[in-house]
Amino acid sequence: MKRFAITAALATVLGASAVLPAQAQESLTLKKIKDTGAITLGHRESSIPFSYYDDKQQVIGYSHELMLKVVDDIKANLKLAKLDIKLMPVTSANRITLIQNGTVDIECGSTTNNLERQKQVGFTTTIFVIGTKLMAKKDAGIKDFADLAGKNVVTTAGTTSERLIRKMNEDKQMKMNVISAKDHGEAFLTLETGRAVAFMMDDALLYGEIAKAKKPGDWLVTGTAQSKEAYGCMLKKDDPEFKKLVDASLTKAMTSGDAEKIYAKWFMNPIPPKGLNLNMVLSDEMKAAYKAPNDKAFE
Amino acid sequence: MGYQWNWGVFLSPSASGDDTYLGWMFAGFKMTIALSLTAWVLALILGALVGVLRTVPNKTLAGIATAYVELFRNVPLLVQLFIWYFVLPELLPTSIGDAYKQSHPVMQQFLASMICLGLFTSARVAEQVRAGINSLPKGQKNAGLALGFTLPQTYRHVMLPMAFRLVVPPLTSEFLNIFKNSAVCSTIGLLELAAQGRQLVDYTAQPYESFIAVTLSYVLINVTVMTLMHKFERRIAVPGYIGGK
Repeated sequence: MKRFAITAALATVLGASAVLPAQAQESLTLKKIKDTGAITLGHRESSIPFSYYDDKQQVIGYSHELMLKVVDDIKANLKLAKLDIKLMPVTSANRITLIQNGTVDIECGSTTNNLERQKQVGFTTTIFVIGTKLMAKKDAGIKDFADLAGKNVVTTAGTTSERLIRKMNEDKQMKMNVISAKDHGEAFLTLETGRAVAFMMDDALLYGEIAKAKKPGDWLVTGTAQSKEAYGCMLKKDDPEFKKLVDASLTKAMTSGDAEKIYAKWFMNPIPPKGLNLNMVLSDEMKAAYKAPNDKAFE
Repeated sequence: MGYQWNWGVFLSPSASGDDTYLGWMFAGFKMTIALSLTAWVLALILGALVGVLRTVPNKTLAGIATAYVELFRNVPLLVQLFIWYFVLPELLPTSIGDAYKQSHPVMQQFLASMICLGLFTSARVAEQVRAGINSLPKGQKNAGLALGFTLPQTYRHVMLPMAFRLVVPPLTSEFLNIFKNSAVCSTIGLLELAAQGRQLVDYTAQPYESFIAVTLSYVLINVTVMTLMHKFERRIAVPGYIGGK
């Protein structure tokens, strides 16, 4: 990206403004960032370890760190001396609207790239691949989805897991009671207080919840993955120029090995708030995503 | 802003495949009505009782009633809801608490929501009832007592029939509020109107259609309530007092 930025700078200096700046001006998002000297980043509050608050109420996480890298590249590309970063917490329920109405310029958290959402927003290169699984108490005897028949199960409202489990409940007549909690933290609270026997969610987030549990040793992640999902950053649809810039930045991070270092920091090392290690080894899907970055949805 | 309008979304089959999204919205609509009406009944009964107690000469009883009103009126509704839903079951004996928490989640959510909304609103109703009683001329109470009625009889036959008729207009606004406040209950996962609207956004990524439908549904509920209450107010208005002729 640095080379790209230098080329861009040179091109402008040499007066070859016919190509690059003209294109850059087509992007409303980039124009807005340039005019206001500020960019608004959407982040999550409790998506551990992707995007969440540490105990000092600072936003941290794997996705957030990648997003900050992208911001650096945007700043360099637009040749801005100073770029104010505004942080805006988003939820599963409002993130799409906030991207659409331009409140948030880019959101990197734990948002699944799927075809339905692609009708409303744009997605960048995939930053993470997860499987939807279950978390349960070690001694509860829950091994897989079949063990949930007739029981209370919690998931987070507005997620793919919610859709999958409701559909499974209908299709297989499992008579589960599905509780939809407002966010991952509340879903885990529902599990922890015994209102539900299992919590269905993206595996990485489940490990994240274990990391902040009172007794991390009591919980396990289990079950056959019901779906694979690609996380991407969201940005406005129909802004190819902005997407190109962000994608190039993410691709560079992935192929250069930076992304894998960030991965190791958040998934293979102790992380805040409890200093717990998630011990999630880099999956084959993730290796493939780093090797050949792409923005394809799994469904 | 590049938004794809699609009003047909309401008629498309829902994500779980057993209904349309319109069916989801209607289920939420029914839940909002059921929750608000049951909570309102609770609020009226408790509110009337506490409101009357606040005006009695007995200092202890009046003090208890005042404490009740201040407690439920000054703690934010959301906090109260979380206490009823998350905290209270933990204070029960472990075996009872666990059995309760394993019961059907909708029942738990509805119960917590109903009690929470009912008690919160009852404190506000109590204030209206107290104001109604205090607005009566002192002479009415004294006349009742002078005629040989006991204090409860004076309340029953002289003051309350007047006071309750006077407070109907302010109670209408509390009645409207309870429908609007019921949206708070979506935060514990109760699938009422606002929650179904939010679900629709999650599943279809059509936020504007969904929120417009939710808004219109609340408008429909509140216009209906206002019309009915207006008729009721006119029928029971006391001539010579506010609202009467």
